Amino acid sequence: MTHVSIQSLTKVYPGADTPALDNLSLEIATGELTALLGPSGCGKTTTMKMIAGLLEPTSGDVRFNDRSILREKPENRGVVMVFQNYLLFPYMSVADNVGFGLKMRKTDPAEIKRRVGEMLDLVKLPDLGDRKPSALSGGQQQRIALARALIVQPEVLLLDEPLSNLDAHLRFEMRDLIRSLQQEMGITTIFVTHDQEEAVVLADRVALILDGQMKQYDAANVFYNRPVDEATARFFGGHNFIAGTSDGGTFSSPLGRLSLPSGATKGAGKLTFRPENVRIGPDPEGDNTLTAHLVDIIYLGTQTRLKLRVGDTPVEAVVNPNDVEGLNLGDQMQIHLPKATLWVIS
Amino acid sequence: MIGQDGLWTRGFRYLTCLILVVWLIMPLIPLAIWSFARGWFFPDILPKRWTTDAWAYAVSDTAGVLDALWLTIGISLAATVLSILVGVPAGRALGMYKFRGKGVVELMILAPTIVPGIAVVLGIHSVFISLGLTNTVHGVILVHLIPTLPYMTLVMAGIFSNYDPAFEAQARSLGASPLKTFWYVTLPAIMPGIIVGGLFAFLVSWSQYILTLLIGGGRVVTLPLLLFNFATSGRNDITGAIGMIYILPGIIILLLTAKHLSGRSGAVGGFGRI
Repeated sequence: MTHVSIQSLTKVYPGADTPALDNLSLEIATGELTALLGPSGCGKTTTMKMIAGLLEPTSGDVRFNDRSILREKPENRGVVMVFQNYLLFPYMSVADNVGFGLKMRKTDPAEIKRRVGEMLDLVKLPDLGDRKPSALSGGQQQRIALARALIVQPEVLLLDEPLSNLDAHLRFEMRDLIRSLQQEMGITTIFVTHDQEEAVVLADRVALILDGQMKQYDAANVFYNRPVDEATARFFGGHNFIAGTSDGGTFSSPLGRLSLPSGATKGAGKLTFRPENVRIGPDPEGDNTLTAHLVDIIYLGTQTRLKLRVGDTPVEAVVNPNDVEGLNLGDQMQIHLPKATLWVIS
Repeated sequence: MIGQDGLWTRGFRYLTCLILVVWLIMPLIPLAIWSFARGWFFPDILPKRWTTDAWAYAVSDTAGVLDALWLTIGISLAATVLSILVGVPAGRALGMYKFRGKGVVELMILAPTIVPGIAVVLGIHSVFISLGLTNTVHGVILVHLIPTLPYMTLVMAGIFSNYDPAFEAQARSLGASPLKTFWYVTLPAIMPGIIVGGLFAFLVSWSQYILTLLIGGGRVVTLPLLLFNFATSGRNDITGAIGMIYILPGIIILLLTAKHLSGRSGAVGGFGRI
């Protein structure tokens, strides 16, 4: 039961002009599963290594339940990190790998054996204890690495790109396993990833870090509907950004005047809306109907992506394939942007 | 086609094997025969009379062969242990880190394998005199490190250049102290290098003559010194017997460590630079 508080954490590597991580502050509630999301080189792995004690921060603090851990050695912090390439010790059997942390804590061998057995059952690989890690598949190695970390019942679990080395069909299996074990044991968990889908699928909350700066820290769905800025929106697959002015109720831009939901930002800014939220046909509420030309159709299987032009402004939409049957390139069509799905970034 | 190819490769393999055996074993045969001969003169193919006198003398107290044997083993073991203690951290630095002047450091470490020992030892001799290390076993052990360290360091550099230090971070994260991390994680990974490097260090120290002679000042009599004495005094029979004793440790060590010496082992990769 550990609350993690990261306070103004900063890392400047020797000889570097800009900090690898700049003033990161995060509060992670007990038992929560949080993703640090960002492109490679954004400072997320640096953050994780500083929490694990493998790297010294330039300034700032990391607290577990109000206890600063920065002065403690890595082995005494109550943190276990699972690396992206699993790092199972090749000279030990799978069972010895899983029991390694307990052996280091001088646990009684019979007790180690019993708990290793339990742990292997939990990750659903009960019969592999005698094998060498090299005889396991990638997915199995991942699960053993997880078992090896969880067996010591850490206060905080750190995962480095936990799903990115796995095939698509293994990803969801692993996702469910990580979530269920993490919830069951109530371990506060932080993972880093460069893949927004991985973050959204696994995490309760996501912290987006771009160029060493934390952009936004929110539940996953917020990033899609209410991004703080254009870079954040683009990282989550946003395409439509239209410059204009908001008076709080309407947005004036080359698209005309569009009604905004209440509470929208005022002043000069950019209007953004998800391609999935663009609807075909006139707006039933009457306000936000636009006339568009169809420029291109891209079939994505279950969905269809449309490149449209409203006047001179390009707009992207993702719609149900049935909605565009019979439409041809160059056709004129009516679309609307439901008021509730619009968002203004300043 | 495949059968023919296979035949050629197999034939070639047998041929090289045969050449190696002739090359390595044949010179030892006259040595072995001499050690049992009482006189062996041209044009006899084999000695006319056989005896074990040379062997009896070699293992007797008066010859000092056994004393020299134990002393040589002690010196070589000590030089090997010291080489490991210095060579492992040095190899780690060379194999894993980039630093200014790395090329120069590598050249300095390699230098003893290029520069003849006698060129260096005269200078060292005067330094050792002022330190009181001449004519002592300690001094001999220390001077043996000059030729043994390059081998140890280069083998370890080869091992560490293929070594992922993240394993150590992982062990620390799982609760291992630095000492336990070294024991359970680092040591098993670098063991092949320590074995191969240690084998070379031992054999290089084992075969030192000039360095031992000059620094030991004739007071530290190792087996090669004794062997040389008998060889130059024309006692081929005793030379043969001591020669047999002299090659024994090398053969034993080679047999024990043979599996680490194959080309596929990372431990021998560092020799590319010699």
